[in-house]
Parts: sequence; C-alpha cells; structure tokens
Amino acid sequence: MGCGTSSSTKDRKSEKALKAALVIQNWYRGYSARLKARQRYALTIFQSIEYADEQGQLQLSNFFSFMLENYTQIHEKDPELVARLFGRTLQDSKDRQEYVSFVDVPDSYNGPRLQFPLTFTDIDLLVEAFKQQQILHAHYVLEVLFETKRVLKQMPNFTQVKTSPTKEITICGDLHGKLDDLFLIFYKNGLPSGSNSYIFNGDFVDRGKHSMEILMILFVSFLVYPNDLHLNRGNHEDFMMNLRYGFTKEILHKYKLHGKKILQILEDVYTWLPIGTIIDNEILVIHGGISESTDLNLLHRIERHKMKSVLMPPISIDEDQDTDLKKTKTGANVVPREGKTNESPSEQLPKHEWEQVIDILWSDPRGKRGCYPNTSRGGGCYFGPDITSKILNKFQLKMLIRSHECKPEGYEICHDGKVVTVFSASNYYEEGSNRGAYIKLCCDMTPRFFQYQVTRATCLRPLYQRVNTMESSAIRILKERMLSRKTDLIRAFQLQDRSKSGKLSMGQWAFSMENTLGLNLPWRSLSPHLVTTDKNGNINYMSTFQDIHIQKPVKEAQSTLIETLYRYRSDLQIIFNVIDSDHSGLISMEEFRAMWKLFNSHYSIHIEDFQVDELAERMDLNKDGSIDFNEFLKAFYVVHKLEKLNKSDANLL
Amino acid sequence: MFIFLIAQQRTHWILSQIQFFLYFLKKKSFSDVSLFRNTFLFIINPEEETVLSKGWMSFILLTYVECLWTVFSLELVVAEYHRKIKEAFEVFDHEANNTVDVREIGTIIRSLGCCPSEGELHDLIAEVEEEEPTGYIRYEKFLPVMTEVLLERRYRPIPEDTLLRAFEVLDSSKRGFLTREELIKYMTEEGEPFSQEEMEEMLSAAVDPESNSIHYKDYIAMMVVDES
Repeated sequence: MGCGTSSSTKDRKSEKALKAALVIQNWYRGYSARLKARQRYALTIFQSIEYADEQGQLQLSNFFSFMLENYTQIHEKDPELVARLFGRTLQDSKDRQEYVSFVDVPDSYNGPRLQFPLTFTDIDLLVEAFKQQQILHAHYVLEVLFETKRVLKQMPNFTQVKTSPTKEITICGDLHGKLDDLFLIFYKNGLPSGSNSYIFNGDFVDRGKHSMEILMILFVSFLVYPNDLHLNRGNHEDFMMNLRYGFTKEILHKYKLHGKKILQILEDVYTWLPIGTIIDNEILVIHGGISESTDLNLLHRIERHKMKSVLMPPISIDEDQDTDLKKTKTGANVVPREGKTNESPSEQLPKHEWEQVIDILWSDPRGKRGCYPNTSRGGGCYFGPDITSKILNKFQLKMLIRSHECKPEGYEICHDGKVVTVFSASNYYEEGSNRGAYIKLCCDMTPRFFQYQVTRATCLRPLYQRVNTMESSAIRILKERMLSRKTDLIRAFQLQDRSKSGKLSMGQWAFSMENTLGLNLPWRSLSPHLVTTDKNGNINYMSTFQDIHIQKPVKEAQSTLIETLYRYRSDLQIIFNVIDSDHSGLISMEEFRAMWKLFNSHYSIHIEDFQVDELAERMDLNKDGSIDFNEFLKAFYVVHKLEKLNKSDANLL
Repeated sequence: MFIFLIAQQRTHWILSQIQFFLYFLKKKSFSDVSLFRNTFLFIINPEEETVLSKGWMSFILLTYVECLWTVFSLELVVAEYHRKIKEAFEVFDHEANNTVDVREIGTIIRSLGCCPSEGELHDLIAEVEEEEPTGYIRYEKFLPVMTEVLLERRYRPIPEDTLLRAFEVLDSSKRGFLTREELIKYMTEEGEPFSQEEMEEMLSAAVDPESNSIHYKDYIAMMVVDES
C-alpha cells in the first residue's frame, strides 16, 4: 500500500498470498468448528447416558416396593432389611463411645492426627496430608462424622447468610470427589476462614476417587468455622446413590476394617445436611431446582432428617383399600401397602413433603415454560422461566443459584439472569470435557464468575488431542451401552430389514437406535464411529457390535444371560448391597436365588432360573454357600477389541 | 393435477419438453421441485390420427417417469437432510426450545460438512436472523436456508492438494516448512485474519517443538487422518 515500485508481479504475488491465506484460514476454521462439534457430541453422549442411568436408579424404587410385597420371608428372617428399606433409623442411641473407642489408632500410623476441638491448623494439616496421598485414619473419620452430625442437628433447614462490603461469599457447585478441583479453588481463592466464607452446594461425593478426602476437609472446615462454611445437601448425599456411583466402594476399599461403621454413620449425617442457603434474604442457593409447587415456608418446617433416600419414597400405611398404582410426579409407583409392617409413620416424611425435597434436589431449569416431570433423570422436574419468576416473587427472592448439571464453561446463566448454574468439577466426564467455576458474591454487586480447569500436564494439550480423548471415551461408553441391549437392538434392526439383506438405510438405523436405547443423540453424525457404511450409504447394522464383546466369566454361560446380567449389573449391585445389610460383601446362595427370582419376574427377564443357579454356583468359588457378589459382578466386563484394555481401566460398576 | 398438453407441431413440442427436463435437472432446488411435483404432462397430438410413433412416445414417457423419480428421491434426500440438520441443531440447543446462540451457528454449519468463509458465514447469518436480532437463531428459520445450502452443495470443503498448494505459495523459498513468525504474520494480517485465540490454537498443534517451525506437509497429513 504505497511506497515502492508497484510492479504487477508484486501485486500478483501478494494477491496469491492473500488467496493462499484465505484458503488456509477457511480450512482451519472449518476444522476447528468440527472439532468443537465433536466435543459437543461427546458431551451429549456423556450427559444422556448419565441421566439415563439416574433414571434407571430411580426406577429401582419400584423394584424395592415389589420386592417387599412379594418377598414375605424377609419380614420374618431379616427385619433389618425391612428397616433399611422402610427407612427406619438405626437406633439413634448407638453410643458414640461404642463406635469410636473401639477404633484405635496404632502408633505406626503416620497420617494426619486431628486434635479435638478442631482448629484451623487441623484444616491445614488435612490439606497437606491429602496432597501427599495420605489417608485419614478411621478413628478420626468417625469422630469427625459424629461431631458433624451433632452440630448439623442444631442447624435449621435453610441457613441464613449475610454478606457485607468487606465480606464476600464464595459459592461452589458439584465437586464429585475431585480433590484437585477443591485444591485449585483453595489455591485461587484461599482456605475457608472467618473472613472467607464458602457455600458448597451439594454433590461432594461419588464418581471421583477422593470423595472421602473432600468430605473430611469440608466437614472439618465446617466444624472449625460453622458460621462461615455452609453445606447444602445434594442428590448424591444419599446412601443409595453412593451404592451405585462409587462412594460406598471407595469407603470399603480405603477402610477395610471399619468401612461399615463409617457407612452407617454417614447415612445419618447426610440426612442432617441443610436443604439450602439463603443469602441476604434475596438469593436462594439449593442443589437442584424448584417446581411449581415448591413451598419454602413448608420446607423451613419439615423434619429434614427423615428424608433418607430418593429411593425410599414414603409408603402410605393408612391408605385405603384402593390398590391402584399411583404415579407420583417422579414417575415412581407408590404402592399403598396395608400395614404389613410395624413401621411407625412418624419415621417418615409425609408424601408431599418428601416430593418437595426431591424437587429441590433433582430438578433442572429449561427454556420451555411450565413444569414437567424430569424424564431424563426420573426424579424432580423441568421448570421453565415462568415458574422461576412465580416462585421467586412469591418468596421475595431475586435469584436462584443451583448446581446439579455439568456445564462446559463451569457455569451458565438462564431464565433471564434469574437462575445460575455453577459446577465445580472440571473434566467431569473426561479430561477436557468441561471447565469448573465458582461464584463470588457481595451485597448488591453483580456476581463474579471464576473459571478453571485441572490438568495433569503443565500446559494444555492441543485441542484436537483433548477432543480425541473425550470422543473415544464417549464412544466407548456408548458402545458398552449398545452392547448391553444387543438382543433388543438386533430384533429392532431385523424388524426393519424386510429383505434380510443385513443392511438398513441411515434413517432406519437411527430410528432403531433411538427407540431401543431411549437416548436422544445425533445418531447420523455419530454413525461413522459406530457402524460401517457401504458405498450406497446403507448401513451394515451388525457392524454395530463388531469391535466389542462381553468377557464371559464362565465359558459355558449363554450369551443372553451374560448380556442381561451385564445390562443390569448396576441395579444388581445395589440390590445385593441392600440385602447385605452387614456389608460383608457376601450373600447366601438362598438369598441370591430368591432375590433373582423376584428380579426376573419384576423386570420380565426371560432367563431360566436354573441358568442363573448354575452361574452362581460356579461363582461360589470356595463352595461355602455364599457368593461374593462384587466378584460376581466384576466378572462381567466389556472387551474393546481395538483397544488395549487393562482391568483397572475397564469402565464397570 | 394433470395438464393435458395438446401440441400442434410435433418437433417444436418435443424440443420444449427436452428443454424443460434439462432446466429441471439444472435447477434441482426444492422450491422448484414442489412446483412441478404433481404435474403430469400428457401428450396428445391431434394432427395425426395415429398417436406419436412408439419410439418418441416411450422416450417422453420415460423422461417424465425419470422426472418424477428424481422428485421423489429428492424428497427422501431432503427429508434425510432435515433430520441431519435437526440433529446438529439440537446438540447446541441447550434450553431445548428450538433456538441456538448465534455465535454457535458457524460451528453448526461447519459440522454439517460445509466450509463457508467468514464473509459467506455473515451473509448466511443475516439470512437466518430475526428482523430485530435477538442473539438467537430459531430452528424454523434455519432449516430451510440450511437445506438449500446442502442441496446446492454450497461451500464445499477444501481438497487436500489445494491446501498443500496454499502453504507452498506462502513458503516462497520452498523449504518445506514455515517459521512460526511467518505463519503468524500471514494468518493474522492477510485474508480474514485470525483472532489471537485461533492463532494460538493452530500453533499448539502445528508447531514442531524441536524446530519451532511448521512442517506443513506433515501437519496436513495429521489433520486429515484425524478427521477421517
């Protein structure tokens, strides 16, 4: 532009360079966009499967009702099981001394030693110890849990918090056992103290590997600063959820001797966690969301500790002869039972109160107006912007801060700025899947958001590598899911394939997949990863299963049996765990058989009893009449032919 | 709806039919197709007592059958496109209310296999936006525009050899690589310049850490493998 000889060759040259640059930029932007789209698809896969799992989880409550209806022997032989399922509390009077004093701390223990009453040095001590991968001794765990329960009991259902110009408050969302994220938050934002308030909005545990450590840090901080560290209950602060999503396993693994005791106390501690926090009488902080019938005044009054678990809906003892199955808003069938137990109704919440709490812990905001049952998760509801306005106005509130949903940026604002989702577990599904975030609030100022992402390396890997990791992870779990429904899928394909050619059009294949699996995914875009296509664009549907198969624990076992057991393995694990009330890890052959029969008939599975018997007998390796069900279920894992899989990586239970 | 066309002069009329068919093939757009969808042209030549010679008759009938077939298969194709577009759209529709943030439209369009330049993208967005831009694009407006784009096979992706040649043009001394500074200069100063974020992203994958330069042939090969 200007100086120098404007020879035509120079012009042509720069024009060529311009064109070349345009080509490269165009190509790169297209490539980069496709990477981002693939990242999104992977996230969608993770999310749909997560919610579908939660739904399956909640449907278990049907099975429990069914089980108790029909498994009459239990009532006589195993009153403790009945108690568990009806939510009766353990004899509260289980003396603290009885638990803690029997647990000695050996001299050889070189982990952190807490001093009661706790002070801020104990918080530091724990943080440093956990950074060194140490494990807190069960003695201290139990002490902390007892002390926490004692203090929590004195707290109201909703904690009231005030901010001031000199005192901000930090709100964190789901942590899900990701200790690195908690450390990162403390590093960026400082440890909790009298001048540094925090609210942790539920879901501290499950999925991640350090749920216990997070819980300990949070509880100890709470005990040291009970007026500055606030905890809200999340849907994972529920012993039934822990059974399925990994915390129970973590505890039993880390505390082989005393794990059971810890679990028993933990059940109680959860129920005493406050339902929510209210900041400056303006901002409501709860874990899930609201529904059109949310009544804060009612929620202030309920006895929150009677809410044991989402899987234990209250049974209506005094319900009349009407035996119609009533569908609650959650879709769970509440079968009225006629006083089959000597359970006193005062041990449970009334149904409408229980539902209110479920809504608080499980609901999700959506763009659509109105309030609908949350069909993906199976619990709580979807609430629209009109519901938000209505409820916020009704109780003179300005904003709702909640967590419960993983967001790619760690936070999301919706409903016209009235609802904020904050999620603090970065890389939740897979490395690179999402950022974490926390909010800092002060008086009337607008909230400030802080984002972060934990990485193993010192610098971020290039985008395409991160996306590849995420994508392969997502495709893997999707394939495993497809495999668990292999028989149903093949039947659906064959129904469409009239000419028995082994091929289907893209539309037919996508339709069968969506219908059978019940997952709303972009099948057409995902098809290149899942199936092979011929040159006409038709899909060889059997190629859906070509790279993976379920490892048969016993060679002679029939495929359909293996597939069914694989498909229901999570449910089975929970059921076994519930039956195994003393947490021994073993159940008797008799119990197994009886339970299996029930399971069979309730889920209408067509597996012959003798087949399962045979399998169980083979699983009973030491032939002592009892089955180690964890071993039994671990035996079913999926082999991905194209990947080198070590057992520890296998995505199982 | 059947239109009975009565031709006075055989040849004149035959030529017009061929013209129509060729026009139809060339256009192949959905809006025109629907116009001709149910039009069936029958030929009767009243001048001669006998019907047109069998040869011509079959030719014409075949032409029409082919037209109809193209129309129907086009409809099937369009239906598939609709579903594909819907899938891609829904993934970005976070609130499940049939809208997406306008900033994600580029990603959606590119994920469907098209490669518009930034300028072309701006034009497309203008087409699908509301009269008063809200920052959101509605599915109802997006679908027909995107369907056209796919049917007309607009914004085809850049073939690998074109890309290679583009790099070679920038590599004037034909060394087989570009230095970091050179790439930055071209990408951020020429054409439709990169933002800093885009530049950093590209460099993180393209730069060979040992030589601190971009060996573009290897880079392209790696990217192509990744996409397939």
